[in-house]
Amino acid sequence: MPDSVDNISIQLKVNGKSYSRAVEPRKLLVELLREDLDLTGTHVGCDTSYCGACTVVMNGAAVKSCTMFAVQADGADILTVEGLENNGELHPIQKAFGDCYGLQCGYCTPGLMLSAWQLLSRNKQPNEKEMRKAIAGNTCRCTGYQNILKAIHMAAENMKGA
Amino acid sequence: MLVQLGADAKLLAGGQSLIPLMKLRFANPAHLVDLNFISGTSYIKKDNGTIRFGAMARHAEIEASTLAGTIPILHDCAAGIADVQVRNRGTIGGSLAEADPSGDWATVLFTLAAEVRCLGPNGERSVSVTDFIKDAYTTDLAQDELVSEVEIKIPTEGSGGAYLAFKRSAPVYPTASAAVQLTMNGDACEDAAIALGCVSLTPIRVKDAESVIRGQPLTEKTIASAVDAARAAADPQTDMRGSADYKRTLAGALVKRAIEIAVRRARGERVNTGHIYA
Repeated sequence: MPDSVDNISIQLKVNGKSYSRAVEPRKLLVELLREDLDLTGTHVGCDTSYCGACTVVMNGAAVKSCTMFAVQADGADILTVEGLENNGELHPIQKAFGDCYGLQCGYCTPGLMLSAWQLLSRNKQPNEKEMRKAIAGNTCRCTGYQNILKAIHMAAENMKGA
Repeated sequence: MLVQLGADAKLLAGGQSLIPLMKLRFANPAHLVDLNFISGTSYIKKDNGTIRFGAMARHAEIEASTLAGTIPILHDCAAGIADVQVRNRGTIGGSLAEADPSGDWATVLFTLAAEVRCLGPNGERSVSVTDFIKDAYTTDLAQDELVSEVEIKIPTEGSGGAYLAFKRSAPVYPTASAAVQLTMNGDACEDAAIALGCVSLTPIRVKDAESVIRGQPLTEKTIASAVDAARAAADPQTDMRGSADYKRTLAGALVKRAIEIAVRRARGERVNTGHIYA
C-alpha cells in the first residue's frame, strides 16, 4: 500500500444542496454524509452490506451507502432522510411510518423510508408482494415488518395524484 | 491502466462484493480502478440471434429489461440476487469476474450457450463461460484483462428454463441453487442443460442428469433419475448455511422443481419463479 494518497475532489448534490469536498479515496459514502456533511440521519448498522440501515437514494436508485466509496458519488444527486421533509412538512412516507407505528427504536427507519421512496417513485400502487420485495434489503429487529408494510401502503394511498 | 499499476491493482465494478471484502481486509488492493464512470458499458442488446450484455449491466437493469426477459431464466436470476440496493449496483461482469462459488450468474450461464468477452492490451478474445470459471474466485482472466461483454445465444423455439435459488434471507448468498434449460418436442425432452450452484467450488454442470432425460419423455421416473444424478454430483461443504447432507437434498429438490417449471415455460406458459426464501 502507498503510505499516503492524495485526496480527490468531488462535487455532489445532497438533498438539493451542492457540495464540493476533497475526500480520501477510501472514505465510504456514508462516512462522507455523516462525518463531513453532518447528515447523521443515515445510519451505519452492520457495515457489511446486509442490514440496509445506510440506504440512501442515488440518482433515483436505492443504494447502501456503506458499500460505496464517496468518490463514486462524484456528480451524483443524493437523497437522504433529511431531504424527505419539505419546508417543515413531513413527507407522506415519514408521516405514514409515524401514523402506523412502523418503527420502534427507529434505527432502521431512515433506510426503510428510502427503500420505500424508490418503490413508490416507480410503482404508485404496489401490492404486498412488491412491497416485501422492495424492503427485503432492510433489516428491522423491532417491528416484525407488519406495521412497516401498513405504513408503505398508507403512504401510497396518500401520495395518489401527487 | 492495469498494466501500469501492476498486480496490486483491482478493478471496481458494482463493488457489492469487493468493498465488503476490502473492509474485512480479505482484499487489500493498492490501487482501485473504478469502471463506473465509463459510459456505454451497461448495454443490453439483441444481435444476430444473441443477446449481448455490457459487463457493467446492473442486475436491476437486467431485471427490468424486456429483452433479457425473453430468456426467462435470466430474469429469474437477475430479479432475485441479494436485494434492491445490491441489484442497483452489482453487475453481471463483476459477478462473473469475482467467481464466488455462491454467486448466481455463473450457474445460470452454465446452462446457456454463453461467451465471456475478455479485453486486454492485445485486444479481445471470447471464452465460453464454462472455461472462464476455473476455480473458486479464479477465472481465465489474465492480470491485464477485464470482462467487457457477455454474449448469450437465444435458445431455440420450444425451449424453457428456470433458475431456483434457496436463501435464508434476501441479502445473503443462496444455500443451494439449480439452473435448468430444456428444449422440448411434445412430451419428449430434446435437449437439456442442468447446473448446480453453491454446492462446490464452482458451479457444476450435471451431464449425468442431462443424459438420463435427453431424448426421453419427461415422466416422474426420468425426472427422479435426473434428480438422483444431481444429488450424486453435488459436492457441498457443511457450513453455517446447512450441513452437506441438507444441501445435497436441497439441490435435488431444486432440480426437480426447476425441471417442472422449465417444461411449463417450454410450452409457452408464463411462470413466475426465482429465489426462494426460507
